[in-house]
Amino acid sequence: MQDFGAAFLHAFELLLSFDPDLMEIVGLSLEVSLIAVAIAAIVGMPLGALLAVLRFPGRGAVLVVLNAFMGLPPVVVGLMVYLLLSRAGPLGLLQLLYTPAAMIVAQCLLVMPIVAALTRQTVEDLHREYDEQLRAFGIGPLGRVATLLWDGRYSLLTALLAGFGRASAEVGAVLIVGGNIDHVTRVMTTAIALETSKGNLALALGLGVVLILIAMAVNALVLALRNTADRLSYA
Amino acid sequence: MPDGTCARPLQADLPAGGRAILPLSGRGLKVMHDGRALLDLEEIQLSGQGLTAVMGPNGAGKSLLLRVLAGLVTPGRGAVLWGEVPPRRDLRNRLGFVFQNPVLLRRSALANVAYVLSHAGLSRKQARSEARSVLVRARLGHLADRPARLLSGGEQQRLALARALALTPEVLFLDEPTASLDPASTLAIEEMIGAARRGGTRLVLVSHDAGQARRLADEILFLHRGRLIEHSRAEAFFEAPASREARAYLAGEILL
Repeated sequence: MQDFGAAFLHAFELLLSFDPDLMEIVGLSLEVSLIAVAIAAIVGMPLGALLAVLRFPGRGAVLVVLNAFMGLPPVVVGLMVYLLLSRAGPLGLLQLLYTPAAMIVAQCLLVMPIVAALTRQTVEDLHREYDEQLRAFGIGPLGRVATLLWDGRYSLLTALLAGFGRASAEVGAVLIVGGNIDHVTRVMTTAIALETSKGNLALALGLGVVLILIAMAVNALVLALRNTADRLSYA
Repeated sequence: MPDGTCARPLQADLPAGGRAILPLSGRGLKVMHDGRALLDLEEIQLSGQGLTAVMGPNGAGKSLLLRVLAGLVTPGRGAVLWGEVPPRRDLRNRLGFVFQNPVLLRRSALANVAYVLSHAGLSRKQARSEARSVLVRARLGHLADRPARLLSGGEQQRLALARALALTPEVLFLDEPTASLDPASTLAIEEMIGAARRGGTRLVLVSHDAGQARRLADEILFLHRGRLIEHSRAEAFFEAPASREARAYLAGEILL
């Protein structure tokens, strides 16, 4: 228990002194996860909204697959991306393995089903309300998608939040495709795993604290935005 | 586009101010549900000018008739024609629809009107300035920047009506637009309806309010159990309804 207390103290020292190693790891983590979520949102949100608006044969099956993919095991996604990007793999020529780009690809694949599935749910609820009026306006499917995404923008923050939570917390995928290389692909979660196994509990704890603080800050920001939206009746 | 609208060029194949929707006709319209005919009309035609009030007890098929004529519900049998053609999406901005409960976008009052205008092909800037003058004409100018869904019930319905009229539609369908409004809001809505009528828009109004139908209507369609019981001039209808059902309805009897 004494170790634990000392480790905690040391962790806060590292944090308050903006330890450069720590900051580098935090910075890379944020960069990888934010870019992955942004790409997943750009692709996943219109996709989810289209699924909400369109009716086609096989839609039910698509929804089942999409919802199931929300729970993809990160290590499995990591393995797939690894196989794709490895030297002998189909995308081996890009030489992306063990780079932050590979980590972004892996996290993007993990996050996209979450963003798309949650968007589909949110947009479908909104579409129920708007459907007849939008048809009366003569809005086509693409116009509908744009309208519904814009009008659901505050509710859709929740989908982004869930995606970001997934990206920043997962360790399996980034470990496999990034390799946890110091100063290159080391992010918070992989560093925590490594430092813990090395017995360097202070750094591991410090990183853990940062990870939780970031999660709380992002949630608080989204909550504040949603409260504004509620006040304006936009949510 | 940031506000989520898609600009499209105005329909080039429309004669300016010409009639694309009228005469609006329906032939052999039948809508079935669970083996029951919700709507069963041999023939109906709307042309010329003025306001047609659709009356009848609950479940008579009034709202359904409006939706079928507006192309929002496809009848199981029969066909609706707008002019010469079946309902087409690109003709929809020649036609307006105001629902009993207004469906307002989660945007400002101004943006609600601008949405329709920019969808009809106006640039973002044009749409906003035109929307502002639409709101001023509807005496909603002071509410332009307020979130539409925070307006009062009466203001929301006036906004929905102003939005539906923004493109000066050829035909405007109103489904009990004043059903849950107070007298002052009802008056404001009726004034807007009157102005649209004078402007040449063909109006079709579902109303339970005989007083309102008397004030506004030129002709009456009286429906009962999905069938058209009476189609007559408004004065004639209110003075001497031809059918037993209409007589009972107007006398305030409960019509089953």
